[in-house]
Amino acid sequence: MIENVDLSLLNWSRAQFALTAIYHWLFVPLTLGLSFLVAIMETIYVRTGNEEWKRITRFWMTLFGVNFAIGVATGIILEFEFGTNWSNYSWFVGDIFGAPLAIEGIVAFFLESTFIAVMFFGWNKVSRKFHLVSTWLVAIGSNLSALWILVANGWMQNPVGMVFNPETARNEMVNFWAVIFNQVSVDKFLHTLSSSYLLGSMFVLSISSWFLIRKREGFMARRSILVASVFGLLASLMTAYTGDESARIISKVQPVKFAAMEALAEGKTNAGLVAFGVLKDSDRKLGEKPLKDFLFKIEIPSLLSVMTAGNKEAFVPGISDFVDGNKEQSIMSFAEKKERGQVARRALIDYKSAVKNGNIALSDSVKGLFSDKAFQDNYFRYFGYASIDKPEDIIPDVSGTFYSFHLMVILGFLFIFLFGFAVYLLFKGTIADNKWFLWICLLSLPLPYIASELGWIVAELGRQPWIIQDLMPVSTAVTDIGSGTVMATFFMFAALFTTLLISEISIMVKQIKKGPKH
Amino acid sequence: MTTIMISHLFLQNYWWIIVSLLASLLVFLMFVQGGQSLIFTLPRNDMQKTMIINTIGRKWDLTFTTLVTFGGAFFASFPLFYATSFGGAYWVWIAILFSFILQAVAYEFRSKPGNVFGQGTFDVFLFLNGALGPLLIGIAVATFFTGSQFSLDDMNRVKWASSWYGLEAVLDIRNVALGMAVLFLSRVNGLLYIINTIDDDSLKTRSFQKLMINSVLFLVPFLFFVVSILLSSGFAADPVTGTISLEKYKYLNNLVQMPLVLVIFLAGVAGVLYGIGLALLRKSTRGVWFTSIGTVLAVFAVFMLAGFNGTSFYPSAYDLQSSLTIRNASSSEFTLRTMMYVSFLVPFVFGYIAYAWKSINNKNITSDEMNSGEHKY
Repeated sequence: MIENVDLSLLNWSRAQFALTAIYHWLFVPLTLGLSFLVAIMETIYVRTGNEEWKRITRFWMTLFGVNFAIGVATGIILEFEFGTNWSNYSWFVGDIFGAPLAIEGIVAFFLESTFIAVMFFGWNKVSRKFHLVSTWLVAIGSNLSALWILVANGWMQNPVGMVFNPETARNEMVNFWAVIFNQVSVDKFLHTLSSSYLLGSMFVLSISSWFLIRKREGFMARRSILVASVFGLLASLMTAYTGDESARIISKVQPVKFAAMEALAEGKTNAGLVAFGVLKDSDRKLGEKPLKDFLFKIEIPSLLSVMTAGNKEAFVPGISDFVDGNKEQSIMSFAEKKERGQVARRALIDYKSAVKNGNIALSDSVKGLFSDKAFQDNYFRYFGYASIDKPEDIIPDVSGTFYSFHLMVILGFLFIFLFGFAVYLLFKGTIADNKWFLWICLLSLPLPYIASELGWIVAELGRQPWIIQDLMPVSTAVTDIGSGTVMATFFMFAALFTTLLISEISIMVKQIKKGPKH
Repeated sequence: MTTIMISHLFLQNYWWIIVSLLASLLVFLMFVQGGQSLIFTLPRNDMQKTMIINTIGRKWDLTFTTLVTFGGAFFASFPLFYATSFGGAYWVWIAILFSFILQAVAYEFRSKPGNVFGQGTFDVFLFLNGALGPLLIGIAVATFFTGSQFSLDDMNRVKWASSWYGLEAVLDIRNVALGMAVLFLSRVNGLLYIINTIDDDSLKTRSFQKLMINSVLFLVPFLFFVVSILLSSGFAADPVTGTISLEKYKYLNNLVQMPLVLVIFLAGVAGVLYGIGLALLRKSTRGVWFTSIGTVLAVFAVFMLAGFNGTSFYPSAYDLQSSLTIRNASSSEFTLRTMMYVSFLVPFVFGYIAYAWKSINNKNITSDEMNSGEHKY
């Protein structure tokens, strides 16, 4: 809608959002995962009355508190950034997108913040039972808050349950349940939660391993490993399952993203699943952009076709299919989508001028068009294409998406193995004797963080140029405030968050070295 | 859902009331910020400072959450405000958010070993949030009456006319006055909360001493703001066409035409004054009960004045017809109704907050507790 996009403004705005989101996500998964682990530990304490378990609980709770604070600090920015940096977006879809954010506050944040005070300050003030309930409510509250923001994100990836109203020039919600039970949101929620439980478990496993290596706190470390490795194994299996489901859904609702994840330049039948590969620029270009080819790859034949469509002969479309179109497979070309998007945009402009000229009959009929199912499905669906100039602009960063995705998947499998082996050694009773394994666990601490961030990079980089799939590109969503302003705040946030991160890590290390109180 | 006969008009009013309620609770809960702004001047020694930070600190995330929920609720119910104000008055909102980032880590990090920058740095963070948060929020709310510099095109996209992106608001003395009033009201509430929750005689005595000057510094800019707003022209919206025009004595007229709002406003101001008086004259520790209720009522009335009775709640002094009203800036009927059902949870939320609050506050803060080795900030 903004015809001359200031690219520098757009890039700085995207960079700022990416920066704050990536920082925020360094802390949130641990909050989600550790809150449940702590709740489980406290439950054991309350049921057994064993004071050792209270010490264990309180040790991990202290680390939870340090991490929680910085997660909150980085989170407030994200909520308001939709308004400050993506104001056109905020209006265009605020009628749908605002609701989950408000519900998040009312339903989840208050639960979390109210009972976290009881959790930290209530040990000698409230009964054991009430304290335990509070700890569980913090865990439930933080997980609920994830639900609502993921509903919002899922909706951006797969917009459903709304109708465009030309009068207000925005999308309006017509089906709340469709928004909540959007298949992308549901899967995203499960995948995010299970991977966060995995991360929380790895955190506990790694640090407990360190204690065992140091021959300190043996009782606490072994008990913590027990809880973490069982919980972690279940979580990593669940992560793999929901991740698989997620890829399948993406192949249906965001096929270009899917093609980028697989670096599939041309569509084919009998498509193999690339376990890993190295990319290079291919000779073929789409406009200015060269397509990607493999320098080398390890491939499992036909598996991609089987996974996406259930049979070997199924056609898996590649990136060029979405640019050039593929009549055989009835995939529309960019040009055709753009044409349809322009029809929808012209209707909106016609509506506005009819209103201005007082032509009520015309404005009413155009307005009716937007609530007509056929018009929605055939034209308005492609509304965003009208704002995209070049066909190759609909292609995301293939290398970034491909490598992020594959590295994440490889790490995902590694975690299953790690937790599985930890459980095995625990039941054999030899975990403390296998120092090499304890070292592996300790050194693996950064890996789930990396995997988790990569997951978001796949989700967000892979859907470019869209802020709302097919309806609004980022270029028309951005607030028009000049790149200098955004650049300034980018560096402000970068400096502040980095400072806080340094402090946080240092506190964590100190607290861990101190160990639980005796 | 459509069988329930609740009009869009009703829902818009309902949501304006909910948003106003959240805003008024937020202003009261900024006693936390008020207390933070006092940590370098009120305590005589480190123990007193620790006690102050721990009594207000146990409520910091409640204030924080109220701010976040206020933002979310405003987004859901009046998205055009969210898009216009946050996207336009960029620097004001960024500065507010920045100060709240500082706060969120400061409590948890300040006394932890290994925090790299030292306790002093995090105490400065608390002070900055304590001083800037209420001041800037007050200034931002004042523009609901004095207007901002923006225009909207026919697709409702915002264009801010000042390259200061919101900071230009400080050039209007009325905005600054409300900012000062909110800051010193927060300090008054902070002092009274400290008096109410900490058992330390010398700290109490000092808090009573500080109360006088802070009350005066609240009252003077507050009265200045109220009088100047009541005497100036306001932004009136035609109930039928939605056309915006400047109306003489608009806010005074609003008060006269909405006597209930007038009563709430006066009751609120009386509550604040009574609470202060009780503390100053009788050395009562219960002043905060009256100032808190008074604050909530007064701020609530201010918001009613800004949005109801055909008034633009977010006016543009630059382009009158771009001004936002609760009619043209709201979400659709469907969204507002859905959100109304969600809002029915609010009393339940209040219930558990009150219960948890009571169970944590049943004993006052003492130096013994600070020395007990239990979790503290």
